[in-house]
Amino acid sequence: MRPLTELETKTFFEKLAKYIGRNITHLIDRGDETYCFRLHRDRVYYLSESLMRKATSVGRDQLVSLGICFGKFTKTGKFRLHVTCLDYIAQYAKHKVWIKPNGEMPFLYGNHVVKAHIGRVTEDTPEHQGVIVYSMTDVPLGFGVTARSTSDTRKLQPTAIIVFHQADIGEYLRQEDTLF
Amino acid sequence: MAGRPSTKKTSTKASPASPQRNNKRKASHLKEAGGKKAKVGLISKVSGTSKNGEVAGKTAGKSASKKTAEDSEEDDESWAYGAVSESESEAGELEDDEFVSADEGSDIEIGTLDDDFLGDEFAGSDTHATSMFDSDNGDGKEESEGEDDEEDIFASDSEDSDEDDLEAKSRKLDAAKKAEAEAAEEELRTNIVHDDDKYVLPEDDHETLQSTDLQVVQARIQEIVRVLNSFREMRQENRSRNDYISQLLKDLCLYYGYNEYLMEKLFYIFPVSEAIEFFEANEVPRPVTIRTNTLKTRRRELAQALINRGVNLDPIGKWSKVGLQVFDSPVPIGATPEYLAGHYMLQAASSFLPVMALAPQEHEPALLKNTGMVFANDANKDRTKSLVANIHRLGVKNAVVCNYDGRQFPGVIGGFDRVLLDAPCSGTGVISKDASVKTNKSEQDFQMLSQLQKELILSAIDSVDAASKTGGYIVYSTCSVTVDENEDVVNYALRKRPNVKLVSTALDFGKEGFTRYREKVFHPSLSLTRRYYPHMHNMDGFYVAKFKKLSNKIPSKNGDTKDSEDYEAFIPITDDPGKRGSGGKKNTKSPKTEEPEKITFNDEEDEELIRASKAKLLQTKKGIKLRPKKTE
Repeated sequence: MRPLTELETKTFFEKLAKYIGRNITHLIDRGDETYCFRLHRDRVYYLSESLMRKATSVGRDQLVSLGICFGKFTKTGKFRLHVTCLDYIAQYAKHKVWIKPNGEMPFLYGNHVVKAHIGRVTEDTPEHQGVIVYSMTDVPLGFGVTARSTSDTRKLQPTAIIVFHQADIGEYLRQEDTLF
Repeated sequence: MAGRPSTKKTSTKASPASPQRNNKRKASHLKEAGGKKAKVGLISKVSGTSKNGEVAGKTAGKSASKKTAEDSEEDDESWAYGAVSESESEAGELEDDEFVSADEGSDIEIGTLDDDFLGDEFAGSDTHATSMFDSDNGDGKEESEGEDDEEDIFASDSEDSDEDDLEAKSRKLDAAKKAEAEAAEEELRTNIVHDDDKYVLPEDDHETLQSTDLQVVQARIQEIVRVLNSFREMRQENRSRNDYISQLLKDLCLYYGYNEYLMEKLFYIFPVSEAIEFFEANEVPRPVTIRTNTLKTRRRELAQALINRGVNLDPIGKWSKVGLQVFDSPVPIGATPEYLAGHYMLQAASSFLPVMALAPQEHEPALLKNTGMVFANDANKDRTKSLVANIHRLGVKNAVVCNYDGRQFPGVIGGFDRVLLDAPCSGTGVISKDASVKTNKSEQDFQMLSQLQKELILSAIDSVDAASKTGGYIVYSTCSVTVDENEDVVNYALRKRPNVKLVSTALDFGKEGFTRYREKVFHPSLSLTRRYYPHMHNMDGFYVAKFKKLSNKIPSKNGDTKDSEDYEAFIPITDDPGKRGSGGKKNTKSPKTEEPEKITFNDEEDEELIRASKAKLLQTKKGIKLRPKKTE
């Protein structure tokens, strides 16, 4: 467990900014307690400082997880967000997509979101923007990247892909072994 | 199915000796028998004579109604049906006679139902009413009334034709029992009038080993249970209780498929007929239960969301505000969007209990609004993966997961407010989930487990900070029902750590822990711990004990004399070597755990010994004080 290097922080924040933009500052400057990001075995964890202090007494080999895992650095040095951070990025997300009940299961099985399944979209979402996918009952289901801007989607066929799948909560079941 | 009528019936049949208890039992049986029947029975009891005419009118249709009652049960015990229909026609005859003096005795009818049932049972073999009562006596059931009353009683019984259902049912049961007995005829002595019902234990071991027919074995189990329940009346003079029990254990091993060691271990935890219920309950799966994640949703909202998906569910009971019991579901309950979104988790009902006992407070350990911190440790690396997945799915933001051997714990990090130790165990409480336990646990496994549990519980106690304002609690739980893994371990902890005491688990149901078991005597406060059984509470077998740590100092630190010293601080015992030797029957246990057996309560003698041990204690304390000086 160690703090992120400058390069790592940059890569990580760039990725995070795709979804929550400048709201990253809300994650770092919190009203209640100081929180920090820590790297442990390629994975980035978000946790309170007091928890981090306690966790220092746990050995590196025995430490499995602490706080909330945001994602991991790949071997090529890129950062991949995991679905585990959904709670936090959903809280601060700028752009959202709501999908209809009949689109829930296809998305939870790892498919992209097609136009027919979209119930609601945040206005003025640009192309290739990170969005949080919600069910119509406001339960966050995962996140993705828009294929087209909101204005462009109007002209498209119902079967056209609007949001590229990035992560969904179905991964808790599908990738339980590799996710952590 | 036919081979295994439900245990409830078994227990009804195996009737205790005293008529008083018979009465009660029958009365409760009536209540249980379903609203309609019970009500009808009670009404007719009150109305007594006024109903006579009406009832007499019904007599003709009586045997017919009986027939239907029996038909309804036929699927269960079709193999016993022949015997029943035989007795039926006879019973019909009898009832015609009975109406002669139908105006008396309505006040005692419930009490005498039993007699009537038995009478009908024997009507199959004997035609006279008097001989029926004879055989009744032979059955070991004492008559509460004199000979004269009998006919009246009989009459009053038959008065209410509505009780026929019950009568028929019970007669059916008795007849079934009889049929079973006949099935095992080779092994039964058929002494017709008095000893007719006295079960004869098979003499030859080879014979019993050969008879692998499950029906025969089951019949034998039931008979032996019946004998054991009223041993004085039912026993054969020349056979001891041990003979019966060893045969019963063999049969139970064969019938339920346990190994003998485990069978013996489990059998003695319960009274005989309850043990059978326990084994029977282990064959049936427990209901699926889910726990609402109060971080993300509320139980009512969750229930509504699941009902919308077609799930049939109900709150788990009054004792939990977050539990839901799932009866059936058209979708896999472990893969609904609500599950994936972390609104609930699948959790056995019994697993709610230790957490309730731990009762974490806000800002202390968490799980309430993500305040405080949780250290979750699992010795198994593979299991930590699903643990981490659960933690993230449920949105627990303040947990650290580590993978240590729990025994290293105060060394890694200590000073916790509360510790929940769910110790590794033999899993004898969850046999319905994992039947392999029945055969794969040997004596060695049990020894290893209880050794491990004892080490773990000390680690857990030492990891807690007694100075914590709100905490200082340790909850110990296992999913096992054996005493070795529960009371014995807790008792050991009390002995080794006099700085803890047992406190109430705050669980308002469950059975009290044993304060004595077979040859062992435990600390009286063990009655504050709780046991849960599958046949009693319809949840996995479980054990919960809650400690409060009083101080962080372990009273004695002298390694060598620690055992005896600790013990004396806890309960004064004799140091008499002769007494020590006498108690050591089981050498498999560590000698420390055996010590409670040797407590005798001779006050005068004790007083002397207390004084002696106190003096000894003082001496050793001086020793402690001296040593550090030397080393310095």
